[in-house]
Amino acid sequence: MPRTVRDVVFVDGVRTPFGKAGPKGIYHETRADDLVVKAIRELLRRNPGLDPKEIDEVAIAATTQIGDQGLTIGRTAGILAGLPTSVPGYAIDRMCAGALTAVTTVAGSVAFGAYDIAIAGGVEHMGRHPMGEGVDPNPRFVSEKLVDESALFMGMTAENLHDRYPHITKLRADEYAVRSQEKAAKAYANGKIQADLVPISVRRTNEEAGETGWGLVTADEPMRPGTTLENLANLKTPFRVHGRVTAGNAAGLNDGATASLIAAEDFAREHGLPVKMRLVSYAFAGVEPEVMGYGPIPATEKALAQAGLSISDIGLFEINEAFAVQVLAFLDHYGIADDDERVNQYGGAIAFGHPLASSGVRLMTQLARQFEEQPQVRYGLTTMCVGFGMGATVIWENPHFEGDK
Amino acid sequence: MSTTAELLKGAADLFPDEVVTTAHVRHFDLPLGAGRFALITLDNGLDHTKPTTFGPQSLANLNAAVDQVELEAAAGEITGIGITGKPFIFAVGADLKGVELLKRHEDALAIGKGGHDVFKRLSGLAVPTFAYYNGAAMGGGVEVGLHCTYRTVSAAVPAFSLPEVFLGLVPGWGGCTLLPNLIGADKAVTVIIENSLNQNRQLKGEQVYELGIADAIFEGADFLEQSLIWTAAVLKGEIAVERPAVDRGEAWDQAVARGRSIADSKVHGAAPAAYRALDIIAAAKNGDLQQGYDAEDRALADLIMGGELRAGLYAFNLVQKRAKRPAGAPDKNLARPVTKVGVVGAGLMASQLALLFLRRLEVPVVLTDIDQERVDKGVGYVHAEIDKLLGKGRIGQDKANRLKALVTGVLDKAEGFADADFVIEAVFEEIGVKQQVFAEVEAVAPAHAILATNTSSLSVSEMASKLKHPERVVGFHFFNPVAVLPLLEIVRGERTDDASLATAFAVARKLKKTAVLVKDAPAFVVNRILTRFMGEIQNVIDEGTPVEVAEKAVEPLGLPMSPLVLLELVGPAIGLHVSETLHRAFPDRFTVSPNLKAVVEAGKRGFYVYDSGKPELDPEVAALLKQGDSVLTEEQVRARVLDAVAQEIGLMLDEGVVAEAQDIDLCLITGAGWPFHLGGITPYLDREGVAERVTGKRFLAPGVASVPA
Repeated sequence: MPRTVRDVVFVDGVRTPFGKAGPKGIYHETRADDLVVKAIRELLRRNPGLDPKEIDEVAIAATTQIGDQGLTIGRTAGILAGLPTSVPGYAIDRMCAGALTAVTTVAGSVAFGAYDIAIAGGVEHMGRHPMGEGVDPNPRFVSEKLVDESALFMGMTAENLHDRYPHITKLRADEYAVRSQEKAAKAYANGKIQADLVPISVRRTNEEAGETGWGLVTADEPMRPGTTLENLANLKTPFRVHGRVTAGNAAGLNDGATASLIAAEDFAREHGLPVKMRLVSYAFAGVEPEVMGYGPIPATEKALAQAGLSISDIGLFEINEAFAVQVLAFLDHYGIADDDERVNQYGGAIAFGHPLASSGVRLMTQLARQFEEQPQVRYGLTTMCVGFGMGATVIWENPHFEGDK
Repeated sequence: MSTTAELLKGAADLFPDEVVTTAHVRHFDLPLGAGRFALITLDNGLDHTKPTTFGPQSLANLNAAVDQVELEAAAGEITGIGITGKPFIFAVGADLKGVELLKRHEDALAIGKGGHDVFKRLSGLAVPTFAYYNGAAMGGGVEVGLHCTYRTVSAAVPAFSLPEVFLGLVPGWGGCTLLPNLIGADKAVTVIIENSLNQNRQLKGEQVYELGIADAIFEGADFLEQSLIWTAAVLKGEIAVERPAVDRGEAWDQAVARGRSIADSKVHGAAPAAYRALDIIAAAKNGDLQQGYDAEDRALADLIMGGELRAGLYAFNLVQKRAKRPAGAPDKNLARPVTKVGVVGAGLMASQLALLFLRRLEVPVVLTDIDQERVDKGVGYVHAEIDKLLGKGRIGQDKANRLKALVTGVLDKAEGFADADFVIEAVFEEIGVKQQVFAEVEAVAPAHAILATNTSSLSVSEMASKLKHPERVVGFHFFNPVAVLPLLEIVRGERTDDASLATAFAVARKLKKTAVLVKDAPAFVVNRILTRFMGEIQNVIDEGTPVEVAEKAVEPLGLPMSPLVLLELVGPAIGLHVSETLHRAFPDRFTVSPNLKAVVEAGKRGFYVYDSGKPELDPEVAALLKQGDSVLTEEQVRARVLDAVAQEIGLMLDEGVVAEAQDIDLCLITGAGWPFHLGGITPYLDREGVAERVTGKRFLAPGVASVPA
């Protein structure tokens, strides 16, 4: 039968404030599923024109799909969020690009005509589910030297990337990190971030972590506004003696969740839903697992090629800052300055945090805000590196684009 | 130290074992730029199975938290104050264990005053206060929220009530005064009086909102978040909370009058709590809160020092605790699984039993009877009842299909019972018939199957005596209506073994019945006491006391119905039959009333006609009565009846019919609906000195169901 590919749009996106993983973190006593459930509910509250019955899918990503992130979390989260039982759901995993993959996967289904609208998001509670929990790598990886042992440890892969690009020094990485904190603080001060945050009630019973009882979280916990180069200079390099990667120039270990609505453009317009971004192309690419931070480059090459665009057509970049070195490698590759103002205008994961499988939608939510306020920009991209040597890129078109004025 | 703190310290010293609730104070910024907020969390540090309560130390903790936020509010550091509970629980009110320990009126007064002193501070702070009813809220839990400026409730709240009157108290930490002033007297009467006296009926979150107790309702999934966002909007003036004006005119008096008629119909003036609560609600009409609080303090102290409350608390503990751990039940690990149930007989009682087993056990249930027509009628009854449940939405179509498929009827016991684990008979009350039935069942049922009898008065041991395996026979005596009355008397025959008994208790638990272990003695517990009670009423009528006098004599007990109305409900013929059985066993104490016999022989189903809307002695019955000339006063009748009951209970305890007086009371509460304020009956007999007069000693030690010495 004849088919027409439908235009796919990003309708809306929200996230929980991100927390620091660990016993003193804001979400230490909060379940992971509750985080994503509350994000989904906020998404529905913000879009009252959408009848929940019309949602065709709930795709939720988590890297560690056990416990409160297990049980096919897309399905259970939908029920817990109060969606009709007729709305199906599934769980999805591509580690750090989980939510991004949830978006592209449902977007593919929308384009194909299988769905009109779907929820895509992700959650990672790295406090309850530390990286590597329950993993059982096949011994052949090492015995047959399929990958170097360092490939399993993201910080080590970042050190490896510094090795590959010796001109990306620790100082450059630290400078980048300081700017990320500054931009994030400024974005907060200008109210750019809060509008897409879902307040989360949190319980604390451990007196050592602070005041006990119920509280309300309305801002990201990992932020360190006022960070200076001096602050960062002497931080430990936990992944290598005399290394370059520190807690200061990398994203931390975090808890958080995101959710977005992805729809066919005609459906969104018919239902009076916002159209914040239009999907242009997406691509994933593999690289050597030991330098997984290189992944965004081939992924972006593929996505640009599909779209028939060149890097110069991209007016805004949202690059996940797993590590400063990985962002810098990308920028160097495309000849973009470290402090180019098109890149991560609101700061990035170094400031906000990076709860693995949830982060992709954060990039999109922020890009959508930037599209809205910069109608002179036509294209933007969201990209991230992924564990075990992958990159993921989505190119978006700004529906508010007013032409070259 | 403030006087409140001193007051509470004194109270805390009296109650060293209090499970203490902490009032955590946590600060954060509200959304919408509504400023810094202080949220108090009430939490006893245990999970939701141990709900948060208020004892004196807990109140002191809340008082200290209010001290802190009061200063912050006065200093302009916070814009609002909230109070909420741990997951699933807001707070369930006063710690009743502490109330049981109170011995002096002044200590009881201090508890009331202490609660008021702390709670009412929440209405007098420099910033608005908000209660977030996140979960179960009862009594003082509800009341602490009533003192706040605003309230929200979670749609997921499963239980919300002011149960004080049910127990024998008044909502005395502001409830009687604040609630009518918030939602009007009529709705307050519904919550405080009507629901309490209706087996402590609970409100759900939606009803709390509809009644106007809460200003906003939010779904459970993000209740606290949405409550705090709402709070921010209220504080910023973006939401104006509007409440309908309270009608302080005649409607108020009518509401109180309605409350009194409810109380009269339920406790017949016999228990003071509802009336005290209504007095305070009536007085609250003028809106003078402090006057109301003072009246609440006095009412609380009086009631706490009164026998009705102590009996009420005792009764509450019996049905909440003792009912769950039946005295004398064998190790539950001995119980055998029951995967199929047989019912001998397909009459009304048998059909009701079949329905109960079916619904609770969800295993195949087979009815048998002597002809196909009866069997079909029995199965038809069960199917019709399932359809009723379906029609009311209590079960879905799938469940209805499942249950209908599980119930069958056959004529051939061998076919029906060959793989049954539990067979209960509900055939005619005649020992020969029952022995015959059990012999037939034993011939076809598996060797392990329990043979249970629903006999109300025959000897279980005798019924088992002719079997090859008498050790598997147990008495399983239900009370009519089976779906309503919780009691199940489980009778151990002389040769019943532990495994069979354990299986019987396990089945009872699945049936959600209150099981009490009873010796194989004539008529067991409830019927023996009720028959002695009724017998004495019959005797005084037969001897010459007018029926009205005899009936009125026991009104001060506040029983659910008068003796002759009860006899009508049971059926005069059955009443006569049981009295004959007991007369054979104990001819000295149990008589067979010739007048009752005459009524039964005349085919009368009752004593009253209701043509005028009220019960009046049926002239046909009146014509049958042959009375003597000994006319007693109400007091004399009452003394005679209570003496008889006390004597019988004393003898039953001597005979070891049950383990303790507590089991007698549990049986009467759950099998006869005897009221909490009597504590069943033995606390009342102790309190009125009847026990001592008749048996020479109390049934219960002082303090068990009375003010401790």
